[in-house]
Amino acid sequence: MATAKTTLPNAGPVTGSRSFLSRLRDGDEIARLVTMVFAATVVLITLLLVYELWTNSALARAKFGLHFLVTRVWDPNIDQYGALPFMYGTLVTSAVALFIAVPLGIGAAIFLAELAPPRISDTLQFFIDLLAAVPSVIYGLLGVFIIVPLMRTVIFPGLNKPLGFMPFFKGPSYGVGFLTAGIVLAIMVIPYIISVSREVLLSVPRDQREAALALGSTRWESTWKVVVPFAKTGILGSVFLALARALGETMAVTMVIGNTPTISASLFSPGDSIASVIANQFTEATGDVYLQALVELGLVLFLMTFILNGLARILIVVTTQRGSGVPT
Amino acid sequence: MKRLALLVGGVFALGAMVWAAQNPLLINGAGASFPNPIYSKWFDEYHKKNANIQFNYQSVGSGAGIKQVTDGTVDFGATDGPMNDDQLKAFQDKRGSAILHFPTVLGAAVPTYNVPGVSGALNFTPEALAGIFLGKITKWNDPALASANKGVNLPANDIVVVHRSDGSGTTYIWTDYLSKISEEWKSKVGKNTSVNWPVGLGGKGNEGVTGLIKQTPNSIGYVELIYAAQNNIPYGAVKNSSGNFVKADLAGVSAAAAGAAKDIPEDFRVSITNAPGKNAYPISSFTWLLIPQKFQDAGKRDAVKGFLKWMLTDGQNYAEGLSYAKLPKEIIEKEKKAINNIQ
Repeated sequence: MATAKTTLPNAGPVTGSRSFLSRLRDGDEIARLVTMVFAATVVLITLLLVYELWTNSALARAKFGLHFLVTRVWDPNIDQYGALPFMYGTLVTSAVALFIAVPLGIGAAIFLAELAPPRISDTLQFFIDLLAAVPSVIYGLLGVFIIVPLMRTVIFPGLNKPLGFMPFFKGPSYGVGFLTAGIVLAIMVIPYIISVSREVLLSVPRDQREAALALGSTRWESTWKVVVPFAKTGILGSVFLALARALGETMAVTMVIGNTPTISASLFSPGDSIASVIANQFTEATGDVYLQALVELGLVLFLMTFILNGLARILIVVTTQRGSGVPT
Repeated sequence: MKRLALLVGGVFALGAMVWAAQNPLLINGAGASFPNPIYSKWFDEYHKKNANIQFNYQSVGSGAGIKQVTDGTVDFGATDGPMNDDQLKAFQDKRGSAILHFPTVLGAAVPTYNVPGVSGALNFTPEALAGIFLGKITKWNDPALASANKGVNLPANDIVVVHRSDGSGTTYIWTDYLSKISEEWKSKVGKNTSVNWPVGLGGKGNEGVTGLIKQTPNSIGYVELIYAAQNNIPYGAVKNSSGNFVKADLAGVSAAAAGAAKDIPEDFRVSITNAPGKNAYPISSFTWLLIPQKFQDAGKRDAVKGFLKWMLTDGQNYAEGLSYAKLPKEIIEKEKKAINNIQ
């Protein structure tokens, strides 16, 4: 965790003039080698993954080129495939999820870390950790049995009547669709945001708070103007962890999104996502190009995650340079 | 320490003995998931009778089954839709011999729906089904539906179409039927395990489609007959090529196969949707085992031939208990002859 470095004493490697042999005997060298191999394995697996996705989509890449990214048709019978509706669905559902989950999650984390009595905070944290461990298919069932009917009977009429003039809230609603998938994803990722953000907030040094209070700020002012900015990097980290989970979620999304490759501004429209279509069609995909187009979708999802993560890094660097009080 | 070594050695020796004693001939297969329950039953029963032969079957889907048998990673495949000419050629090129199709049992797809105020079974004409799934018939009280359901009070509500989102043999049967009865469907959409649907929502698996239909008023979709029967899901009757409305049951599905039997080609690659016959249910299909014509291993060849013979005789008796329709005897006779082609 990013915050560990602010709390732990600086424990650099104790090397010096001791011979390699004595270090080997003490276990330092062995530990270094073993952990290095483990670290290398992770890199290797990532490279292998990209290599596999790349080589196994060669036919589809050759046939469609970059058109794959802007084509709307997905038709196994004429062997034409395009990723656009699936990319759109993945991005829209993830954006909806973050739009809902970020304020809720960070708000809850601030309460748990700063304002709640420790006993209540710890108890709630226990339940939040439990929620984070619930398998996604369970959230899918929650979506199917509670949110889908609620969407059709309550949320859609409620939003469509006053806001129906906006393209985002046009009907009809079948209960399943982008918004439903976004809400289910939001419920899934909130525990991540709360859990990580709370830890980050708790690890903000005590003297920061005391200094703010000593300068005459109220409890809330010290929380909002000192503690939260101090923890900003870590909180952003929790948001991107949530985003990564939302982008790749398969089972829960497929159960509530409607599985129709459409691009529609309406959040009530049924749609489809990359992970969902791969899970749906991979087993029965006949024909090389069909199969490879699905692998290429996987490659697209990988690249999307990669790019968004890169943007996240840049965002963190930019915001911390503006001087939020985080030591870099 | 010595005792431990002795113990470990003993366990290994025992394991080796057990392995040697029960070292049955392993024959691996992979493919369609629709017939998996009956195939598991068959392979289990056959192993009980022939302890020296063990079939392994992975229900990985028809597409993967065709791919694996073509790549030679399994001894036989299984599929819900017959292999097309390109796939046959690919097999011939890679394996240097032909592949044979053996129908095993039959399945069917049935229309299921949720229309408020309608409790009995609805009648569907081919024109109505094609119109609904093409998105041209959009209201439940459309004349095409109303004329076939006299006396039923159909509401003036919009129809919500539900289809499978995952690739599936059921979708293959359904779209194969629609391709046969509607030129427009054939040219615009076609048949496959998953297609580019003109309208509708997708649900994953029979349970996903059923779930969406139960929750969405005015919806219509299709599920496997077995699934509908085992879960007491109401479904409608479909007008067959003789003009009768037939509500699917196992006899009606077998009747469709019997109706198609006299025109069945030598390689059994035939669709029996919209088959002739007074009682034939029109949205029926075989499911096939894919057996290479040439086996390198004579032991495996004889085991497979033995199994096929058993499957066509005693094996068929297990079908109806698991809600599969049996093969009609015309087909069984033809298949028995075809077994001799395996070398």
